[in-house]
Amino acid sequence: MTESQSLWLIPILPLIGAALNGLLGRRLPKMAVSAIAILSVLGSFLWVMKCLSALGNLDTPHAEHYFTWIQSGALEIGVDFMVDRLTRIMLLIVTGVGLLIHIYAVGYMDHEEGFSRFFSYLNLFMFFMLTLVLAKNFLLVFVGWEGVGLASYLLIGFYLKEKFAGDAGKKAFIVNRIGDFGFSLAMFLIVITFGSLDFTKVFEAAAKMPVEAHAGILTAIALLLFVGACGKSAQMPLYVWLPDAMAGPTPVSALIHAATMVTAGVYIVARASVIFDRAPIALDVVSYIGLLTAVVAATIGVTQYDIKKVFAYSTVSQLGFMFMACGAKAYSSGIFHVATHAFFKAVLFLGAGSVIHALHGEQDMRNMGGLRSKIPQTFATLCFAWLAISGVPGFSGALSKDEILIAVHGKSEWMFWVGVVTAGITAFYVSRAMFMTFFGEYRGKAHPHESPLSMTGPLWVLALLSAAGGYLMRDLVHSIGPETASHGDHGSLEFIIVAAGLLGIGLAAFMYLMNRGLSQSVAKALGPVYRLVYDKYRVDEFYDAALVRPIQAGSESVLWKGLDVLLIDGVVNGVGRTASAIGGILRRCQGGHVPSYATWIVLGAALVLIGFQLVGGGR
Amino acid sequence: MSPLNLMLVVPLIGFLICLLTPKENEGLARTIALGASLLALVFGLGMIGLVVAMPTGFQYQTDIPWISTPNIHFHVGVDGFSLWMVLLTALLTPLSILASWKSVQHRANLYYAFILLLEFGVLGVFVSLDMFLYYVFWEISIVPVLFLIGMWGTEQRSAAAVKFFLYTMTGSVLMLAGIIYLYTKTNTFDFTQLALLTANIPHEARWLMFLAFLFAFSIKTPLFPLHTWLPDTYASAPTPVTVLLAGVLSKMGTYSLLRFCVGLFPNEAKEAAPWVAALAVISIIYGALVAIVQPNIKRLVAYSSISHLGFVVLGIFAFNRWGLDGAVYQMVNHGISTGALFLLVWFLEDRRGSLAIADYGGVARVAPWLSTAFMVATLGSIGLPMLGNFVGEFLILQGAAKASFVWAVFASVGVILSAVYMLWMYQRVFFGEIAESIAGYMPDLTLRETAVILPLIVLMIWFGISTTGLLEPISAANGALLNLIEGPARVAVMK
Repeated sequence: MTESQSLWLIPILPLIGAALNGLLGRRLPKMAVSAIAILSVLGSFLWVMKCLSALGNLDTPHAEHYFTWIQSGALEIGVDFMVDRLTRIMLLIVTGVGLLIHIYAVGYMDHEEGFSRFFSYLNLFMFFMLTLVLAKNFLLVFVGWEGVGLASYLLIGFYLKEKFAGDAGKKAFIVNRIGDFGFSLAMFLIVITFGSLDFTKVFEAAAKMPVEAHAGILTAIALLLFVGACGKSAQMPLYVWLPDAMAGPTPVSALIHAATMVTAGVYIVARASVIFDRAPIALDVVSYIGLLTAVVAATIGVTQYDIKKVFAYSTVSQLGFMFMACGAKAYSSGIFHVATHAFFKAVLFLGAGSVIHALHGEQDMRNMGGLRSKIPQTFATLCFAWLAISGVPGFSGALSKDEILIAVHGKSEWMFWVGVVTAGITAFYVSRAMFMTFFGEYRGKAHPHESPLSMTGPLWVLALLSAAGGYLMRDLVHSIGPETASHGDHGSLEFIIVAAGLLGIGLAAFMYLMNRGLSQSVAKALGPVYRLVYDKYRVDEFYDAALVRPIQAGSESVLWKGLDVLLIDGVVNGVGRTASAIGGILRRCQGGHVPSYATWIVLGAALVLIGFQLVGGGR
Repeated sequence: MSPLNLMLVVPLIGFLICLLTPKENEGLARTIALGASLLALVFGLGMIGLVVAMPTGFQYQTDIPWISTPNIHFHVGVDGFSLWMVLLTALLTPLSILASWKSVQHRANLYYAFILLLEFGVLGVFVSLDMFLYYVFWEISIVPVLFLIGMWGTEQRSAAAVKFFLYTMTGSVLMLAGIIYLYTKTNTFDFTQLALLTANIPHEARWLMFLAFLFAFSIKTPLFPLHTWLPDTYASAPTPVTVLLAGVLSKMGTYSLLRFCVGLFPNEAKEAAPWVAALAVISIIYGALVAIVQPNIKRLVAYSSISHLGFVVLGIFAFNRWGLDGAVYQMVNHGISTGALFLLVWFLEDRRGSLAIADYGGVARVAPWLSTAFMVATLGSIGLPMLGNFVGEFLILQGAAKASFVWAVFASVGVILSAVYMLWMYQRVFFGEIAESIAGYMPDLTLRETAVILPLIVLMIWFGISTTGLLEPISAANGALLNLIEGPARVAVMK
């Protein structure tokens, strides 16, 4: 037992920040609000550093127990935190990237109404996210899990007067709840099977169980957990909330809907790897869903014009890659991609935010172009992220993506090839976005201006991490184990992956730099297919027609106005009318005659008593 | 006099004094009512120490003969289960009075008198250990509700009062029949003796009594399909009274289900459990679905209550420690969260004079604190972790899953739906453009309103994080119950 590190300070500091800004923020100057928000996260980050350096290389996990949260019968659930090598990575990403995005947001949100409310929510998010990754049992993870969902809901709907923002927030929360439904059911099964929700106890017991060739209890648990992961990490068929979530302010998109919260699903699968390892059917499902999501989202990404939407679909797609890694048991590669993706996707969003900021709210890439020279800092930093996500060697994205695809190759060759093509498409549509935004002629009306240092500063740090971060974190990530397939000579596979990325960039350059009209003619040639993809496969419309409307209509006309009002009430009122004697009592009672009511009760009681005597039940 | 007796007497005396105060002097009546209800709360809080130390037995018992034939006693006491129902009642009553503060002008002295009589009746129900006494209190609690709806209600109050009366009387008559039948078989009304004696009653008779009780309590709770009185009653009652109806009167049903249906007829309850649980699950989903399409905030929260109470019933009939613990924990927390929601609905109604969701919009931008409080209560209601309802729901579902995984699956759908109806309502009322109709007059929380809502919000958070103070005594009482109905004492009698 190592000595206590007071891990609780890590999430509590942002919570204090959230409370201060939430309760007092409206009366404080912006400087103070910003200071509270940033310092609380900085404190959290520094405390993480302090704890990690004190804990050394974490050969054994470090755990801390604070108090018993829920105790009922044999089930005891504690407020317990834990740091192991997996948590270490997550803590660094969440507090590190979180800090940078907080700093960026001060500049970005400067002119917005509700400044203190924004930072209160953002700090609240940090509290829940850190609780999620520090938790030592499933229920405490669930606290963070639903909590980040709440923060996400509040921040997506941040622009209170916009109806679409409110809609998007609500949609995010509800779709996540569908995922949480799976997570809860998984917890119930875990308690019934293992008698505990504590990670140590559950995983030790699970490790002794055999691999399930046919679906068994571990498969059920794994699949239900994965339902939760699909909700939080926007996988098929629950991904629909994430693109809409872009209604929130851009720093939120970067922090919550790209770098941290949406990777919680990957985290929980990696965390429960002991269970998934013994449930090959579940692992297959994880692979298929991951692959399908990666492909579908990438194709949609090709057709979108809203710069944030493009990056949103790319997030969905990249999350699919992370799950493909998990499905191939390469959990550490999945987490590696969580880390590198956090860097380059944060840059993509913050960069997009900087573009939008520069253009006074413009998000449509058709109204951009030629911004390279107008906002050079933003452009330069975005280039790092662009090359990273495209898998260009020397950038961190390439490292993790190579690992994933090599691991997938070990599992199934056809999945590898689909993955490679998807990686090519990814490079293509991100390049498309870059070319449309920064090259060619400027097509907009606003006067672009470069963002302040508080925004470009964090961008540069993250841009450098997009390049070097992968190399810095590689050993830390691989220490999670188990050994992945990435060792050994995979030169030819790596060559194929890199080639796919370069081809994607090249094709985009050909279509959007050299032959401007080509993309339109391709779209026209593809006709209905293009239209379908552009309309995001009309999945939202399908859900609306198949679920939302029938539920509403059925609840209203069948359950409420049919069953409740017509049938049950009809019967009750019918009974009421026939019982005219009761009616008489009622009238007097309503008239205010308490004595008559009391008399009736006593009379009734006496009658019943006599009745029993007559029947012969009495003594 | 024991604190328990004092706690009972104070609202009764308050009731009488309020009746006697001049009807034009509303200030005097409400001050007396508030004072009396707060005093009752103080006595209630004073009982915590002893009951928590010994939660499995009945504390502060008074047992004096009242009528010799039949043998009726004034027998009261509290254990680690009923204490929380008592405290919930004692807490919500003064809050309801304080919420009514300025809005009742018409015969205010009667209004406050009836609220105190209602408190007296409900407290009596929760502490009675004599079945006949329990019945008397049960009836006492109904009378003021009828008057409060009939005289100060809104909408179609007389139709609602009639429906409430029909349902309630049916339940009462059945319950009375059950109690008297029980007496004829055991020769006692004393609950503490009955728990062992029921085992001697012939099988068929036991079933009849069980069903009579089950029916009566299912109406009160209410359980599908006996619920249709609830939306009308809740909607027609003055909203501060709805706070009490939803917060504590509904708990009379679930409390009695656990204490009497399960406590006196455990075997029958166990056999009937799949059926009751099925109805509970239907209530959960049905209440939620109908809540989604309600155009009226108050009716929406009313239907949500049906859904939430379905969880409580499900927990009880899961018949294991988790389910029971969760059910009782949820009773307390549902009282708090629903009480808070109806109070906040009342604050809106008080400002705008409307309950139609369509009449609102953009409230968050004009009344941020009211909106924040409403958000916390909403989150509590949909079972967000770190708020009290989550703990109750989790244990209920865990218990249900152990009893039958399918129940947990269906009931968990209700958790999804709760987010649907609450957040959709919240969005329409609080987000979006500021509705023209509220632009003129939508002040933020006043000091009095803050004093009303803050205690409930604090409790929601407290019971969501620090659960053991409340859960331990509840669990101990439930453990004792499970021991009693499954333990050697009863089994010996059964033989």
